[in-house]
Amino acid sequence: MPSLPDLVCPAGSLPALKAAVDNGADAVYLGYKNDTNARNFAGLNFDQKTMAEGIRYAHSKGREVLLAINTFAQAGRVADWQKAVDGAVDQGVDAIILADVGLLDYACRRHPQQRLHLSVQGSATSYEAINFCQREFGIQRAVLPRVLTLAQVEHVIKNTSVEIEVFGFGSLCVMNEGRCWLSSYACGESPNTVGACSPAKYVKWDKQPGAMETRLNGILIDRFADNEPAGYPTLCKGRFEVQGETYYALEEPTSLNVLSILPEIIKIGVRAIKVEGRQRSPTYVAQVTRNLRAALDSLRDGSERFHVKPAWQAELSKVSEGSQATLGAYNRPWR
Amino acid sequence: MSDFNIPKFRLPGFVAGIGEKLPQWPHGLALVAGLNAALKMKLLPESELTALDGKLFRVQVRDTGGTAHFTFSGGLFRPVFRPEREPDLAFAANLSAYLQLLTRQEDPDTLFFNRELEITGDTELGLIVKNMLDAVEWPKLPRLPLPSR
Repeated sequence: MPSLPDLVCPAGSLPALKAAVDNGADAVYLGYKNDTNARNFAGLNFDQKTMAEGIRYAHSKGREVLLAINTFAQAGRVADWQKAVDGAVDQGVDAIILADVGLLDYACRRHPQQRLHLSVQGSATSYEAINFCQREFGIQRAVLPRVLTLAQVEHVIKNTSVEIEVFGFGSLCVMNEGRCWLSSYACGESPNTVGACSPAKYVKWDKQPGAMETRLNGILIDRFADNEPAGYPTLCKGRFEVQGETYYALEEPTSLNVLSILPEIIKIGVRAIKVEGRQRSPTYVAQVTRNLRAALDSLRDGSERFHVKPAWQAELSKVSEGSQATLGAYNRPWR
Repeated sequence: MSDFNIPKFRLPGFVAGIGEKLPQWPHGLALVAGLNAALKMKLLPESELTALDGKLFRVQVRDTGGTAHFTFSGGLFRPVFRPEREPDLAFAANLSAYLQLLTRQEDPDTLFFNRELEITGDTELGLIVKNMLDAVEWPKLPRLPLPSR
């Protein structure tokens, strides 16, 4: 049995970082309080001071800190992104997660000693793309977009020496990662441009008798009956009328949960498992980290007797968006 | 991790019926005093507090029938007893949901997805408040000398 993959957990704040470390994350990932990261939401993320404290805390417990600079440098402001890279190196993060090839080029030339990861936003789904980034920019790890089947992930791993990180838990979207402009269609802003999908200033939750309506820049996204679970207000998770029927035409509000296929993920040689959710609270981070840690630890002595404990599943289901979980693309028959 | 879990509960309907008829100022004052104590201890980040300036907030506890309005101005939270306009941001939930939030036993998004927490008004302001409270490092409370289990 290969060694256990790293558990990489989200930190949108210092308490979330500490929750991840205290509950067994091997690494935490975080971002600056600006549009260099794709979770640029009001009140979230780190400034230099909190980041220094977070790095100190994680390192004191022997854990790694990965910094996501995973948006695309905007015209006329490339220096802002380069400064973010320089700052990350100065702060002593263990790796920088980058999506923009221009920035990867800058980082590997300017800071040849710095460990670089290719972000999921870099949208590399084939080993050719990953090996290209290894050859040109020296990336040491790639985070795979959530569109590959388990067999396809294995195929990638077999054909590259770059470490492979996959998503293990968290909200799913339409998953056209790094190439999605749906949010811009509705409000002119998207993760690739401002670092946020469906920014809060365009979101309106309207309470009506017996229902709640969600609007994004005036566009009706969904209408939830009083006891119906709700989701994030993104276009891809909206219910729309298509040919006379109203349904989730793109994607249902749902969460990925790989608990049941953890042994297979380890067997094919995945190096790290990532948890989505830098926008979530320290409580969520603690809950998810704790349960995935327990599941991974139970596999330390081999997978023969692995079974998913109902308590793990129950807590993970509770925190899921839409209150339902799937294996996403991992077990889809299509290729 | 705390040893004590707050279960999800809902107080019987008559409680709200009585609560709505009681004066609304005591919990308004208690809430504001708590927030100001956090301010005094410099637990709330100043950079985010400016976004709260002059905004009117409403916190409604559905199953106790309690409602509190407050505002932030001149560097302090202040109760508003006779609001003259709709709040900029309004929360509504049962008492158990608020207790679970305050003790960091549940995540606000979880409660929102499960429809146990309602947030209406200025969504961005709501996100600022949520993330500001999430980022607070509450001082560790001394453990009560309870017999170990």
